[in-house]
Amino acid sequence: MGVVAVSAARDPSASAQLSVLQVGRVFPAPRGRGTIEALQPIDLAVERNDFITILGPSGCGKSTLLRIIAGLDTPTTGRVLLEGRPITGPGPDRGMVFQSYTLFPWLTVRENICFGLREKGMALPEQQERAAFFIDRVGLNGFEQHYPKQLSGGMQQRTALARALANDPQILLLDEPFGALDNQTRVLMQELLLGIWEADRKTVLFVTHDIDESIFMANRVIVFTARPGRIKTELAIDLPHPRHYTVKTTPRFAEYKGELTEAIRGEVLQTMARERQPPADSGG
Amino acid sequence: MTPLKPIAPIRRITLGILFFVVFVAIWAAATFGGLVSKVFLADPLTMVREGISLFVEQGFIKDIGITVWRVVGGFVLAAVLAVPLGIAMGTYRPVGAFFEPFVSFARYLPASAFIPLLILWAGIGELQKLLVIFIGSFFQLVLMVAVIVGNARTDLVEAAYTLGAKDAGIVRRVLLPGAAPDIAETLRLVLGWAWTYVIVAELIGSSSGIGHMITDSQALLNTGQIIFGIIVIGVIGLVSDFCFKAANQKLFPWALLR
Ligand SMILES: Nc1ncnc2c1ncn2[C@@H]1O[C@H](COP(=O)(O)OP(=O)(O)OP(=O)(O)O)[C@@H](O)[C@H]1O
Ligand SMILES: [Mg+2]
Repeated sequence: MGVVAVSAARDPSASAQLSVLQVGRVFPAPRGRGTIEALQPIDLAVERNDFITILGPSGCGKSTLLRIIAGLDTPTTGRVLLEGRPITGPGPDRGMVFQSYTLFPWLTVRENICFGLREKGMALPEQQERAAFFIDRVGLNGFEQHYPKQLSGGMQQRTALARALANDPQILLLDEPFGALDNQTRVLMQELLLGIWEADRKTVLFVTHDIDESIFMANRVIVFTARPGRIKTELAIDLPHPRHYTVKTTPRFAEYKGELTEAIRGEVLQTMARERQPPADSGG
Repeated sequence: MTPLKPIAPIRRITLGILFFVVFVAIWAAATFGGLVSKVFLADPLTMVREGISLFVEQGFIKDIGITVWRVVGGFVLAAVLAVPLGIAMGTYRPVGAFFEPFVSFARYLPASAFIPLLILWAGIGELQKLLVIFIGSFFQLVLMVAVIVGNARTDLVEAAYTLGAKDAGIVRRVLLPGAAPDIAETLRLVLGWAWTYVIVAELIGSSSGIGHMITDSQALLNTGQIIFGIIVIGVIGLVSDFCFKAANQKLFPWALLR
C-alpha cells in the first residue's frame, strides 16, 4: 500500500507536461563550512494549459525551483521531465521572465523580441511579423525602436514577456515578473497576462509572494513553506474565465484569500523567528 | 553649484576655454614680467614665432606625420592582437587563468626601459618605435578587455540561454555587444598612453618625429620650439580623443542612455 502511494506521487500521470520528481537543492554556505538547504525534495506535476502560481515567503526556494526547471541550475537530488524527457540545460522550450530587468540594453524593443527567433534561424520578414504581433499583444505599439533604458519598468517587463512568448515555448516560467512594479501597474500587468493566457492557454508557472496575485491568475496555487522550501498546501482556484479585476471583490475570492493568508502567515512568522537567531540548518 | 547637476553645453564649453585663457595669461605674465628667464621658458609670442618657422622652414609637418604614423601603427598592431586575446580570456576562464598572471606581470614592465634592448634587437628603425608602443599598450589592453568581458551581466547570459542561444551565440550576441562600448572606451584611453610612449621612443636614437625635434631644440636651448612641440602633441591627442569619443557615441547610442 505505502509503496504504491509513494510511487504514484513520484510518477505523476503520464499526461503531465512537466514533472518535477523529488527535486531538492542544497547550496554550500557562502562562507566557511556547512550547507544551506534551499529546497527539500519536492514533487510537482504540471498539466498542459495549466496556470499555476507558487506562493511562498522570501527565501523559501521559489526562484531556485524555477531556475532548476529552466535548466539554469542543477538539482542536488531528483530530476525534471518536460514531455517525458529529462531536462539537461536551458532551452527555448521553456521561456523565462526574470524578476530583474534582463532586456539586452543594446537592442531595441523589437530586436529584443526577435532575439530568440534569430537564434532559431527564422527569416527576417517572418521575425518582424512575429515581433509586431507580440508587440501589439503587450500593448507596446510605437515603442518598437526604443531602447530598454528608455522604457518604464512595466514596459520593460512587457517586452520581456513578449520576448518569451514570441519564442513559442511549451511552458512559461515567470519569476515574480511584476515584483518591482508599483501596485497599479502590477494589477494591469496581471490582467494583461491573464488575457494572454485566456487567449492561447500556454502552460504557466508563476512565482509570487503576493496573495492577491496568486489567486487572481491561477487555476492552482501551490504554497511553499519557509526555508527549506517544501510544498505546504495546494489550493484549486475555481473562478470562471474570463476573469475581470472585479473578481477580487467577490466573497469567493475573499474566502481563498483568507485560506492562503492563514497558510502563509505561519511560514512568514517562522522565517522571521529564524532570522532573529543564527542559522540552525548549517553544518549539515 | 549642486552635486552632479548637469550644465548647459555653452557654459561647459565657455568654462573649458576659460581655463586655457587663464593658463596662457599666467604664462605670459610670468615670462613677459621677467619672473622666469627666457633661457628656461619662452614667452607665448616667441613660441608662436618658433612654431611658424618650424612649419615653414624646417618641414615640421613631416615630423608630425611620422609620429602619427608610428602611434597609429603600433597601437593598431597592439589592438588587433590584444582585443581578441582579452575577449578569449574574459570569456573562457581557463584561458584567463593561463594568461592572466603573466599579463599582469608584463604590464608593469615599463615600455621605456625596453628601448635600449629594442635598439639592440631591432636597430633604430621604424620597427623599434612600433615595438615600444606595442609593448606599452598590448598588455594593458589585454588585461582591461579581459576584465570588461569577464564582468558581463550573468543575468543577460542566462536570459539568452533561455531564449535558445548556444555558447557561440552567447559570445557573439551577448558578451561582445555588451562589452563593446567599454572596450572602445579602453582603446581611447590606451591610445592616449601610446602618445607618451612614442615621444619617449623618439627622444632616444631617432632622426625624425616630434620627439626628435624636441631633443634637437634642447641642444639649441630653443625652449620655444620645445613648448610648441609639446603643445602640438597635446592638440593632436585632443583631436584624436574627440574623434574617438564621437565615433563611440555614434556606434553605441544605447550606452549613453541612463
Ligand atoms: N547560489 C546560491 N548560493 C548559496 N545560497 C543560495 C544560492 N541561491 C539561493 N541560495 C539560498 O537559497 C534560499 C532560497 O533562495 P531563492 O532565491 O530560491 O528564494 P526565493 O523563494 O526566490 O526568495 P525571494 O522571494 O526573496 O526571491 C535562500 O536562502 C538563498 O540564500
Ligand atoms: Mg526569488
